[in-house]
Amino acid sequence: MRIDVMKTYKLFINGQFPRSESGRVYEITDSKGKFLANPAHGSRKDLRDSVVAARAAQPAWSKATAYNRGQILYRVAEIMEGRSEQFIAELIAQEGLNPSAAKKQVEQAIDTWVWYAGWTDKISAISGSTNPVAGPYYNFTIPEALGVVAIFADGKPSLLNLVNGLAPVIASGNSAILLAHEKYPLSAITLSEVLATSDLPAGVINIITGKTAELVSWTGSHMDIDGIDASGLSSKQLREVKELGSENLKRIHSFDSKRSPLRITSFMESKTVWHPVGI
Amino acid sequence: MNNFEYAQAPESTAIVDIKSEYGLFINGKFVAPKSGKRFETINPATQEVLAKVAYANELDVNLAVSAARNAFTKTWSKMPAAERGKYLFRIARILQERAREFAILETLDNGKPIRESRDTDIPLAAAHFFYHAGWADKLEHAGVGNNPKPYGVAGQIIPWNFPMLMLAWKIAPALATGNTVVLKPAETTPLTALLFAEVCQQADLPAGVVNIVTGDGTTGSFIVNHPGIDKIAFTGSTGVGKAIAKAVAGTKKSVTLELGGKAANIVYEDAPIDEAVEGIVNGIFFNQGHVCCAGSRLLVQENIQDELIEKLKRRMSLIRVGNPLDKNTDLGAINSASQLARIKEIADSGDLEGAQRWSPACNLPTKGFWYPPTIFTGVSQSHRVAKEEIFGPVLSVLTFRTPAEAIEKANNTQYGLSAGVWTDKGSKILWTAQRLRAGVIWANTFNKFDPTSPFGGYKESGWGREGGRHGLAGYLKAGN
Amino acid sequence: MTNLIDGSEVSLRKFLSNLSPVDQIGAESRAATLATRSIKNESKNWAIDLAIRMVDLTTLEGADTPGKVKALAAKAVRPDPTDPSVPSVGAICVYNDMVKVARTALDENGGKNIPVAAVATAFPSGRASIEVKIQDTKDAIANGASEIDMVIDRGAFLSGHLGEVFDEIRTIKDLCGEKAHLKVILETGELVTLDNVRKASYLAMLAGGDFIKTSTGKVAPAATAPVVYVMLEAVRDFYALTGTKIGVKPAGGIRTTKDAIKQLVLVNEVAGPQWLDPSLFRIGASALLNDLLMQRMKMRDGYYPSPNYVTLD
Repeated sequence: MRIDVMKTYKLFINGQFPRSESGRVYEITDSKGKFLANPAHGSRKDLRDSVVAARAAQPAWSKATAYNRGQILYRVAEIMEGRSEQFIAELIAQEGLNPSAAKKQVEQAIDTWVWYAGWTDKISAISGSTNPVAGPYYNFTIPEALGVVAIFADGKPSLLNLVNGLAPVIASGNSAILLAHEKYPLSAITLSEVLATSDLPAGVINIITGKTAELVSWTGSHMDIDGIDASGLSSKQLREVKELGSENLKRIHSFDSKRSPLRITSFMESKTVWHPVGI
Repeated sequence: MNNFEYAQAPESTAIVDIKSEYGLFINGKFVAPKSGKRFETINPATQEVLAKVAYANELDVNLAVSAARNAFTKTWSKMPAAERGKYLFRIARILQERAREFAILETLDNGKPIRESRDTDIPLAAAHFFYHAGWADKLEHAGVGNNPKPYGVAGQIIPWNFPMLMLAWKIAPALATGNTVVLKPAETTPLTALLFAEVCQQADLPAGVVNIVTGDGTTGSFIVNHPGIDKIAFTGSTGVGKAIAKAVAGTKKSVTLELGGKAANIVYEDAPIDEAVEGIVNGIFFNQGHVCCAGSRLLVQENIQDELIEKLKRRMSLIRVGNPLDKNTDLGAINSASQLARIKEIADSGDLEGAQRWSPACNLPTKGFWYPPTIFTGVSQSHRVAKEEIFGPVLSVLTFRTPAEAIEKANNTQYGLSAGVWTDKGSKILWTAQRLRAGVIWANTFNKFDPTSPFGGYKESGWGREGGRHGLAGYLKAGN
Repeated sequence: MTNLIDGSEVSLRKFLSNLSPVDQIGAESRAATLATRSIKNESKNWAIDLAIRMVDLTTLEGADTPGKVKALAAKAVRPDPTDPSVPSVGAICVYNDMVKVARTALDENGGKNIPVAAVATAFPSGRASIEVKIQDTKDAIANGASEIDMVIDRGAFLSGHLGEVFDEIRTIKDLCGEKAHLKVILETGELVTLDNVRKASYLAMLAGGDFIKTSTGKVAPAATAPVVYVMLEAVRDFYALTGTKIGVKPAGGIRTTKDAIKQLVLVNEVAGPQWLDPSLFRIGASALLNDLLMQRMKMRDGYYPSPNYVTLD
């Protein structure tokens, strides 16, 4: 009989797979209580390192052409498709889904990448405008990426919600720090392995697993985070990040699991440019 | 030989009928405040008392909010959108008809030059109502999702720098989207808002749709914390904006904020230099520099600094400071004693930190609050005059050597409201505009505003936009 | 000639291409703001008289006759025969063949000090050989013109032959010598852009023009506020560079006292009060004079006058 080679689930920071700097792990079990894995128990310092990586990666990512970003998001879908089996197996273990439900969720997750891949070069046209000001000026408004966005991933459907959080945030040129749902970290780490092989520049997405409660206040108060997708937070935690986030006026939003271009624009800023029209 | 002098050409104030005492405007009527208190509002150019204004306490705010709620539930949300729009059109027209009266009253209460209140504030306020009137029945096309819905009652708190214009920026989109309003004008500039209440009466706007409560910051906090308010819109300082964001963190209230700024105005070596000088002057001395988007940090390419500063100084010597009601006045009164003290305090830090101060010779009036047009040269990024929002006619001049350095310095601030760029080279304008982290970029112009043009800040300069299609989003929930 | 250029076309081009560009909208907006200035009543009396002294009273018609020019000369000397306190105008401006008539009429009417300006160099189009232009100028000076209003060759300017334009101005300037002041007409309505106005202003100043003048009056638009604004900036900055004060003459389209006072406000704010003098600012006009006279009556009498009380010449 062959002994399985079990996977060590690590963090994903700046394109690398480090263990938590704290050295901590925590145990997760499947829906029946059986041991599944010891994923990394990320710390505030892991968060700090992720923000540094995300900040460094963001300018180049947002300057990449929208066409290029779209191809990379699509590439993520392609690679994910090839690893469907692993995602299905993890969902069965993590969420206790039956194989067909797990398969369906994986398909939806992949299709969500494809859906947002198509938005990268359209969101400006939809949410920008030229403004007919009363004077000899040309005036237009374009959306731009906000910067660094932290995402508290929502729970079930856990894989789909990872993509619901990540895809719209990075589609526009933001970089992201995903704080995986405490109960469902496995898909997040497997997804990071997909991301690492998808032409996505290092640091654009960083993934931390661990205990949400420990990182809520560090995330809310971090002055170099520009926005938070708080979908995975309880109302008490939401209040906490909003209170702390008021210090640098973070853009904090929560979403249901529907796809929407508003999810993209929620983490964009509108820039209006004026110029005289003359000779 | 030469006796070519500009006339004192003061606007007559006869057209304005200022009452000695004002009530609160609640549910379509002026009512005495439950607080039983009143406070004085003065003309900052003369320190004369203009009127006594009601002070709204918690009871008064409660009444205003219930009037607004009632109007929302019973009238405003049931009215066909097109009819709602007609009220806004009416308001726009009445503002145009009474523009002169509004302009003079604004200048009296605020201290700004009549040229600005007459040519900018009031016409733009009317234009805001006209623009938003047309949106009322087209909201499904506003790009905020299908079947968008108003929040309900909007609590709106506005500053003293553009009292009537900020009122229009707040009330017009709120009403167009079907919200009702409780608005608090600034403590030092309540009069045009109270005159606006009369306009609502003339327009026969249903009672309670617009309520105006006068008071101070405490009155404002009653609005912010009132459980019957669904949406907060605030324009003012970043400090207060953050406090509001924190106060409503545990609620479902939607918030938009227009806060402070410390805009960089970048002048490249290939700029149209004479127009850049005009733009710099307009950027920092428009409205006495009481402008959140003022171009208060001049970033000039080092190789043209001498020429530019010389031209700027010559131009500054032509600025006419004095009686705000004089049509020839360029720079009016500072709005209040406390604002004057703040300007002095920060500007004095410029002297202490080693920057070089220059102002043209000018005779400031003896009464009222005045500050001369001032520039500081030799400023570095770490000086307070380069970092803090002065909100007065004080310009800090810094230099840069390369475009990349200009961007780095321009973005090196917690603010991100506006920025200016001056160059004759189109590709450099776009390169620069793309890299500036600010919500409004004026290229080869400055301090231009229009109802169709979204306005608002990046970073700690605020949440959301006002004006244009984007401004509507702050007042609408995406429906299903 | 100044030491800003060495006289070669290369150095001229280099100098002109280094001029700061003009943003049309910004310049228009500043000029419009200045137009809203209002001046004191006492200043207005002074300004009206100053404007009268600045008028280059002009007739440039195919139908000009000696009789017409004589009448103009009489009006130039005593614009309002009923009021001796009204000053004489700055000059009268005629075609080259009327110079002698004008000079004689002025001299006979007590107007010895009033110069005669002659338009020259194939006015208004400037389309003639240099020999013709030289002869044109020589004739005018020989007949008693002490001011020459030459037109530049706009065709040469627009096709980039800046050296040609420069040399032509220099040639005419040499003919003028000490005998005549040279005003260089840019015909800004044909140069179209404010960048061209600035460039042509400097070109004319570098070549030795004593005045730069907006227009012939035959092309619209003529002396618009933004054009005059940019030309005033040019003389201001040229003075800072060289210490030489060049005059400015808007011509065409200035018909009312209000228009004229707006021009004076521009002069005061842009070039500075030193330019508020007929030696440095002239207004080329015909109908304007009567409006100035009527305003003067209004200021004097306190009620609005009728056009019947000013002479139509």
